[in-house]
Amino acid sequence: MASSKTLGESLREQGVSRRGFLKFCAATASMMALPPSMAPAIAAALEKARRPSVIWLSFQECTGCTESLTRSFAPTVEDLILDVISLDYHHTLQAAAGHQAEAAREQAMKENHGEYLLVVDGSLPGPDMNPGYSTIAGISNYQMLMEAVAGAKAVVAMGTCAAFGGLPMANPNPTGAVSVMDVVKDKPVINVPGCPPLPMVISGVLAQYLVFGKLPELDEYHRPMAFFGQSIHDRCYRRPFYDKGLFAETFDDEGAQKGWCLYRLGCKGPSTYNACATMRWNSGTSWPVESGHPCLGCSEPKFWDAGSFYSPLSTPLPGAGPVVVAAGAAGVVAGGALAAMANKAKAAGVAQRQPVKIEELEAKLEETP
Amino acid sequence: MSGLNAIPVVVAERDPDPADWGNALPVLHEVRHGLRRLAEAGETTVIDLHAMPFGPGDEARLLAILGQGEVDAHIKALGPSHVWETAFPGVWLVEHRNTEDERLTLHIEISSVPEILRSQREDIVDAIARLDARLGPDAGITRPSPTTA
Repeated sequence: MASSKTLGESLREQGVSRRGFLKFCAATASMMALPPSMAPAIAAALEKARRPSVIWLSFQECTGCTESLTRSFAPTVEDLILDVISLDYHHTLQAAAGHQAEAAREQAMKENHGEYLLVVDGSLPGPDMNPGYSTIAGISNYQMLMEAVAGAKAVVAMGTCAAFGGLPMANPNPTGAVSVMDVVKDKPVINVPGCPPLPMVISGVLAQYLVFGKLPELDEYHRPMAFFGQSIHDRCYRRPFYDKGLFAETFDDEGAQKGWCLYRLGCKGPSTYNACATMRWNSGTSWPVESGHPCLGCSEPKFWDAGSFYSPLSTPLPGAGPVVVAAGAAGVVAGGALAAMANKAKAAGVAQRQPVKIEELEAKLEETP
Repeated sequence: MSGLNAIPVVVAERDPDPADWGNALPVLHEVRHGLRRLAEAGETTVIDLHAMPFGPGDEARLLAILGQGEVDAHIKALGPSHVWETAFPGVWLVEHRNTEDERLTLHIEISSVPEILRSQREDIVDAIARLDARLGPDAGITRPSPTTA
């Protein structure tokens, strides 16, 4: 439940010194992508902040977003959940199950009506679809969402599925999946996309709400500008190679080994807005481009259907995707054309292949002293 | 047995001289501007190294150039923190880690003393109250009075 104590009071009761609090605020500023000089202002705001009630609903999702949240390290998830927010309902993390869990959700919604923050991960079958595709306690996702939205102060769509439909909405979208933004029109929606979103971004958005008590500045896709304001490409340490025209052409050529730009291997960095290039993954260890893999563009709408992950952005989309899945003669023809293209690519690959026989390798070994 | 089994497995050593991605130099220029502001106006500058698009090795290169100065301090508050002055007086590195020893932040702080090392005013006021409680009549410690002295 939302606490009547301020965060400052509860931290003091736990014996946290002001020096510890200052450190916590410095980490919070860094997490919110704010300048370190904001730490005293954050300290003043957090001192007076009260724990908001948070209800977390999971629909058509893979739990990757929750996995990511539980790896947020600044502050630790324990700090975040127990000290900073009051997480009143979360299928995966709560101890209650069955009827008790649903009763906890209903009680939190009643007691904090108009004040709680609603977090949603996963897309949901549209209002006109068969609700049987995804239900919780016999309640359709759509009904549960709309009931919870009614008393929420704001809705955070966590992950690409909730924000933009994600994998469930990818062609051919068998469940008629829609995003939260598609059905929630009367409450502010903050999209935190990513597959999954960066842990620091998840906790940063929640901390920002707590510190400033208001919603962050959003871009045209309802994403917080603090984290999604700059493209991966603009913040990429490999950007100088792009400017010099130095590209890796395969995953094992000289360019790949020297860490050149991955644009021609399909990097979607130039059209992707996210904070991976600076915040990184696994406690700041690395991120996909640093480990030699192009950015997939997972925080952008319809990224599953935006052509091959390994084709450069400049490659025209085949445009045959929706036709192939449609029944009928046109689909068969287009499918045949795609199959022919694939066969051609396969034939070219076979022609270029330079097979190595085991005898040759062993002969080479014998030659080596 | 195939002769392939004779192929030795070689584990590549980490390159002792990390690749230079060219991102350390602009930070050094920012540090120089900060030092000048500190010298002329007493103004503190804090640079968040977490927000830098560093490539592998950039941070190590920057820290190697900044070096180690005379002061090296450790703090225990919500996990360990390490504060050290670089070889350039007035340029400090402040690293905060959480209780699981994962890095939370790495800041360059350009000031005469980093803020985190100072005792905070509210803590000083609390300290007077706590010390008074220790010296109080119920604490079992008798204060010397003018008559018994």
